[in-house]
Amino acid sequence: MKKTLENNQFKAKQGISEDFIFKLSSWKKEPSWMFEERSKAYKIFVNKALPKWGPDLKKLDFSKITYCIKSTDKPVGSWDDLPKEIKNTYDRIGIPEVEKKFLAGVSAQYESEVVYESIKKELDKKGVIFCDMDTALKKYPFIVKEYFGKLIPAQDNKFAALNTAVWSGGSFVYIPKGVKLKLPLQAYFRINAERFGQFERTLIIAEEDSEVHYIEGCTAPIYTTASLHAAVVEIFVKKNAHVRYTTVQNWSKNIYNLVTKRAKTEENALMQWIDCNLGSAVTMKYPSVYLIGKGARGEMLSIAFASANQHLDAGAKIIHFAPQTSSRIISKSIAKDGGRTSYRGLVQIMPEAKKSATYVSCDALLIDKISRSDTYPTMRIKVADTQVQHEATVEKLGQEKIFYLNARGINKNSAEGLLVNGFIEPVIKEIPLEYSIELNRLINIEMSGSIG
Amino acid sequence: MLLVNKLTIAVKNKVIINNFSYLFEKGKIYAIMGPNGSGKSTLALTLVGHPSYQIKSGTIKLNNQRIQDLSPDKRSKAGLFLSFQSPLILNGVSLFQMMRVALRGKISPLNLNNKINRFAKELQIKQELLKRPLNEGASGGERKKLELLQGLILQPKVMIFDEIDTGVDIDSLKIIAKMMKKYQKTSTYIIITHYNRIFQYFKPDQVLILTNGILRQTGDWKLAQQIENIGYEKNFGK
Repeated sequence: MKKTLENNQFKAKQGISEDFIFKLSSWKKEPSWMFEERSKAYKIFVNKALPKWGPDLKKLDFSKITYCIKSTDKPVGSWDDLPKEIKNTYDRIGIPEVEKKFLAGVSAQYESEVVYESIKKELDKKGVIFCDMDTALKKYPFIVKEYFGKLIPAQDNKFAALNTAVWSGGSFVYIPKGVKLKLPLQAYFRINAERFGQFERTLIIAEEDSEVHYIEGCTAPIYTTASLHAAVVEIFVKKNAHVRYTTVQNWSKNIYNLVTKRAKTEENALMQWIDCNLGSAVTMKYPSVYLIGKGARGEMLSIAFASANQHLDAGAKIIHFAPQTSSRIISKSIAKDGGRTSYRGLVQIMPEAKKSATYVSCDALLIDKISRSDTYPTMRIKVADTQVQHEATVEKLGQEKIFYLNARGINKNSAEGLLVNGFIEPVIKEIPLEYSIELNRLINIEMSGSIG
Repeated sequence: MLLVNKLTIAVKNKVIINNFSYLFEKGKIYAIMGPNGSGKSTLALTLVGHPSYQIKSGTIKLNNQRIQDLSPDKRSKAGLFLSFQSPLILNGVSLFQMMRVALRGKISPLNLNNKINRFAKELQIKQELLKRPLNEGASGGERKKLELLQGLILQPKVMIFDEIDTGVDIDSLKIIAKMMKKYQKTSTYIIITHYNRIFQYFKPDQVLILTNGILRQTGDWKLAQQIENIGYEKNFGK
């Protein structure tokens, strides 16, 4: 199977139109309701303004983005069937090794199509569905229709509308009642064409008493012009279920990463977002949890690392709708070489959410004087009977601590790397080992590449 | 071993140490004593390369190698060690992680871990303290033990102890002093202190008295006793 990078079967012209959406949907042989969803979303996208707050998006030109790409004819069944260039890229980032050791299933997205997928028989036996969204729409149309866009409607924001209009790929996960998956489900994907926006759509449904840990890790090669990644992730956590969603994002430094993620948690359910952002030119991402059942819990642990020409605007949104719900937000951000991080968070406790508790802690670390960090925490507490804790710190990388490490024979770069890794340790320890090692390594690389 | 010759040190152009000369010999124990503000810590921090202290004139040589232009990490690698007076808490960094980076390529993680545990046991450092970030939740005495532990792991040629006996209870001091004595071997010790109490466990070969940044007097351990009895003021004036 010989394919070159730009040899794609369905590569639309730059820009998007109603006609394009019709072609895309019929080429994918989608049910008519999906075409209607896309079509409605397109109108919303056209009419909706860009957010008036947050990072500068002026350089983002929607008319210059390629909206769909398909790289191989159909998903391939095994590693050997993968095109060589994909294998090479994956070898470089060490995926096969990780896979051998830990993977329950791989869903590798090359450009916008899932091309490689190998799901262990165990998942099938347990009734777990783990496939790409296009396949799910074909094989399980009723489940998809029941949940698609119910948590993040196209009206939510301009990028959610765009994603709904032109989505392609992404993961579909269904965990039946009572099934607890011990090994995490992992999906790797990457963007591989210039000016190509990736609009994956992920849907996770965890039925009552189930448990799953989903991991997305991404690395992307460097390109010269801006590219857009606007994903939508919807997660339904039913009664007593537990979903953990871990992201390690290292997009190349020219990508606009504008992602909408939301989870709905029912009675005594637990949703955990663990979100690590190192790459991209601009990131806007505020994973949210709606606590709608009594005793539901929501957590958000995040790391943002911004270097030169990066603005990472990340945070969380947690809304308490039910009594005895609790939430915890821990945000750690690092800025260096003129990079900029922002924490933007909203915790809202509704009048009916009696005896609820929230804990918010956001810490920023500045490596040098030219970098910047801002904090925009919002708390809307509409009931008296709650526990609210909020802590925020901004610190400079301590020169005395660096000297202390120097005095132990550790050079400046390694000392800074140690301290930065120490700063994010409260979040790192929640991440599976192979990812935390990779993350530590990435941070050490970032730190040693310091300007000046 | 460590030769300090006509060293003048300033902080923000204010001279703190004036024309200090001394030869610290291999395997010997030195006490540097003096009142608060006499420049003892300045001398220690300058020897290991703290960036806030400027050397106005003079030289520092370790085994005939001029080290004053080396960065602090290189001086450490050359064999200088400082046990800090007030060790900081290193958020998120454990002693093991730090030592692992310091000794990368020199000792396997497993051997390092064993070594740390062995010394920690002798120093009666609680296991849980080693698992935590360095010095987090540690008392004054525990912090000083953790400093000594690092010195024992790094095996430097010259160990400078800046007030290892301050903020330490009597039992901990005994443990620290006995460990210092036991593992001294060929190392040179420079012990900065206000008191005599650590010298009930071992005697310094030489005592140096520093006041107002000037080396006033040197002598054997009896000098330390004399100072303790009548004070610096009576001996050397203000």
